[in-house]
Amino acid sequence: MKRGKLLVVPAMGWLSLFFALPLLIVVVVSFASRTAYGQVVFNWTLANYIRFFEPLYMTIFATTIVTALGTTLLTFAMGYPVAYTIAMILPKKWQQAGIILVMIPFWINFLIRSFAWVIILRSQGVVNTILLHLGLIQKPLTLLYNDAAVLLGMVYALLPFMVLPIYVSLEQMDKRLLEAASDLGAPPVTAFRRITLPLTMPGVAAGSILVFISSLGMFVVPDIMGGAKSALIGNIIQNQFLAARDWPFGSALSIILALLALVMILLYYKALQAQKGGQAHAKNLA
Amino acid sequence: MEFKANDRKKGCDTPKMKEMIRLVGITKEFDHTTIIPPLDLTINDGEFVTLLGPSGCGKTTILRMIAGLEHPTTGHIYLDDEDVTSLAPYKRNVNMVFQHYALFPHMTVEENIRFGLMMKKVPREEQDNRINQVLYLTQLEDLRYRKPQQMSGGQQQRVAIARAVVNNPKVLLLDEPLGALDYKLRKKMQLELKNLQRGLGITFIYVTHDQEEALTMSDRVIIVNGGRIEQDDPPARIYQYPKSQFAANFIGENNFFAIEGDDQHLLAVRPQYIEVSDEKEEPEDSSRAPFYYGSVVEILFTGTIDKVYIRLDNTNQMVTAYQYYDDKKRWKADDRVAIRWKTEDAVKVTK
Amino acid sequence: MQKTWRSATLAAYTLAILAFLYLPLLILTLYSFNDSRINAVWTGFTLKWYASLMTNDRVLEALTNSLIVASITTVVSTVMGTFAALALHRYQYRCRTFLNSLLYLPILIPEIVMGLSLLILFSQTGVPLGKPTLIIAHITFCLSFVIITVGARLEGSRDDLEEAAGDLYATPWQAFRYITLPMILPGIIAGALMAFTLSIDDFVISFFVAGPDSTTLPLYIYAMVKRGISPQINALSTCMMTVTVSLVVISQLLQMKSYHASRKD
Repeated sequence: MKRGKLLVVPAMGWLSLFFALPLLIVVVVSFASRTAYGQVVFNWTLANYIRFFEPLYMTIFATTIVTALGTTLLTFAMGYPVAYTIAMILPKKWQQAGIILVMIPFWINFLIRSFAWVIILRSQGVVNTILLHLGLIQKPLTLLYNDAAVLLGMVYALLPFMVLPIYVSLEQMDKRLLEAASDLGAPPVTAFRRITLPLTMPGVAAGSILVFISSLGMFVVPDIMGGAKSALIGNIIQNQFLAARDWPFGSALSIILALLALVMILLYYKALQAQKGGQAHAKNLA
Repeated sequence: MEFKANDRKKGCDTPKMKEMIRLVGITKEFDHTTIIPPLDLTINDGEFVTLLGPSGCGKTTILRMIAGLEHPTTGHIYLDDEDVTSLAPYKRNVNMVFQHYALFPHMTVEENIRFGLMMKKVPREEQDNRINQVLYLTQLEDLRYRKPQQMSGGQQQRVAIARAVVNNPKVLLLDEPLGALDYKLRKKMQLELKNLQRGLGITFIYVTHDQEEALTMSDRVIIVNGGRIEQDDPPARIYQYPKSQFAANFIGENNFFAIEGDDQHLLAVRPQYIEVSDEKEEPEDSSRAPFYYGSVVEILFTGTIDKVYIRLDNTNQMVTAYQYYDDKKRWKADDRVAIRWKTEDAVKVTK
Repeated sequence: MQKTWRSATLAAYTLAILAFLYLPLLILTLYSFNDSRINAVWTGFTLKWYASLMTNDRVLEALTNSLIVASITTVVSTVMGTFAALALHRYQYRCRTFLNSLLYLPILIPEIVMGLSLLILFSQTGVPLGKPTLIIAHITFCLSFVIITVGARLEGSRDDLEEAAGDLYATPWQAFRYITLPMILPGIIAGALMAFTLSIDDFVISFFVAGPDSTTLPLYIYAMVKRGISPQINALSTCMMTVTVSLVVISQLLQMKSYHASRKD
């Protein structure tokens, strides 16, 4: 009868072996050091974590955080009205199609999507060609390989991540609340500010977390659209593994990255529980 | 509609009947909470038995244990003298009509009905015969190629019944089968079900929280409260002689009066037995002693009768009485009244 | 009046954002048909970049690799994922928190971390990088998606149907075979399509664990992009986009269809 319980074993065993175990090894390696040839030596040192605090890496870390925050804010500003339009203004039967339309680019991989911008922005690209032809500029503008290009690429890559959770929370919201607000004399803008926005905050939070975490670990966009100075922490990690062959330092950096991501998720989860707990408490009182 | 009588004969009139189901010392715990304290129950062949009680009283759990969908923590279940306590549902010759029908949405009516026969490996030809018979019986012949979601609630209900009875079960279990239907359809289906049970002669165990449904359809009503059997009697007896305050309250309306010097019992008097008179009027028969004074608080029109609510002077208790459209005296709010009843109309019930 | 004005503004804004999302992809597609090799000036329609893909052995090899890896990944992760989703739906587990962490963390943790952790695992255990390591990595990140997709389908399905089947003499296996499986099949297919799409599209994780003999299409595109702009990349990217978009649309349609079917009853 309970033999069925064992059906989780293959999948969970697989994830333990190829997800949890490698993560543990990364933790171990992050306390190791390396030989001149890149060999890992297990000598339990904090050197890799201490090195993270060197000005060079702190600057990159700060740039990464600022870029991630900027991406989150921009995707929110761009994404909320889109989610709102699809969930609240579009006729019911078109909503599903609308959200799929927003989500499709998300499935196309970052590489191709970043490359599309290279075609548009490079010096012989679409924009420069048009501007030159119109005689608005005399020589091509440098639109690529700077921080702005990276930010553009990140926003472009991650916008669907913001729209989807906000759309879901708007869609699930009881629309009668707005009728009630209107009945109680709230003009539409007030109703939006006092009712819709607070109620869809969980969606906004989920979207922000998704976008923020994804931007933290992103290395494809800066790799393709960014210049030498716009490296983010993801590029540094990539570099430790493929060029510098300093795996212990790369491991320490990725542990810091993963912890940052986990802390964000945990905070979000706690906030969500607190909200749910509040609701349950209210129910008990009623 | 009329159901054709099957070849099995109805058996519920014969005085000494064959035992069909026996529950012995059944208990059920979920997560260390006792849902059913030790319970014994015997149900005879061909009986229409209703388990009646409020939601969460354990009636559905009892039904699901008979079906084999739950297993009792202790105790034994016998089906036709065979111990089936730990037998899986698919090995028991009982069938269930589920609360929300549980029709297979990807199958047509006919495929739904055929499912049980197919699982039992009944020969194809016999399958077809039995399906045709039961489709005729439940008036579903025109709908046999429909899918459940293309049908009304009443039609789906019929499919659920057909799918169960086509297997000729020894016992048919029905878990609030009419709960999802509207009032009129429910009344109609009650009659159909009763006729079907008479026609097939199968034992029906019916679970409901609707007292009216229980009284109309059953040979025996079992009132369940907190997993315990409060009372187990034929409908008329249940109505006239409730044993406990719970039973008296659950079936119909009742007024309860304290008995002096007896903490264990109450007197239950139904509203139609409460006589109301002007407080100054002398009682014709002073032997009908127990009477109280009070004032009329409110009169509610309910169609055939008016309900008169009276607040008693000394206890502030509210008493409900009826007044009929042809009563000479019409009461109005704030009238001073006296109430009394015939001794034989009061039933002593446990608290 | 004010309301229509507001709706119109929002609609216009949304259209602008959609244009922002799709215009680069359209331009990429358009330029895959442009005759000019070096710049963005339109010099005429051509299919020669597509033709050159067909004769490029490296591209064909990458395509073969991608298809092999994606197919094996899809089969293995769908089977294991479906089993796990069924068990997680049906049974109570005391170590539920642990199982949930194992299930959701692979999705939440930055891809780059998963990629390098697998690289370290393989190199420390002396497993040479190649198709097997690539397949293992792909199965690892697809599993959670399959379990969650099939699980969502199970969540929406009704528990009483299997009970009803049991009541009608179906053994647990028959109840699964005739009732549960047909009901969750759309979810399984959607999960499989998702696994296939994720696998064929993956770059970050493959970047770490692929060996010299196991270059996939995204890895090949990356190498081309790094080497310099060539219209061949446009053509290859367009092909990949077409495949991805078709797979996503099919899977969405399937999920929508099954969602509506389950809503009706």
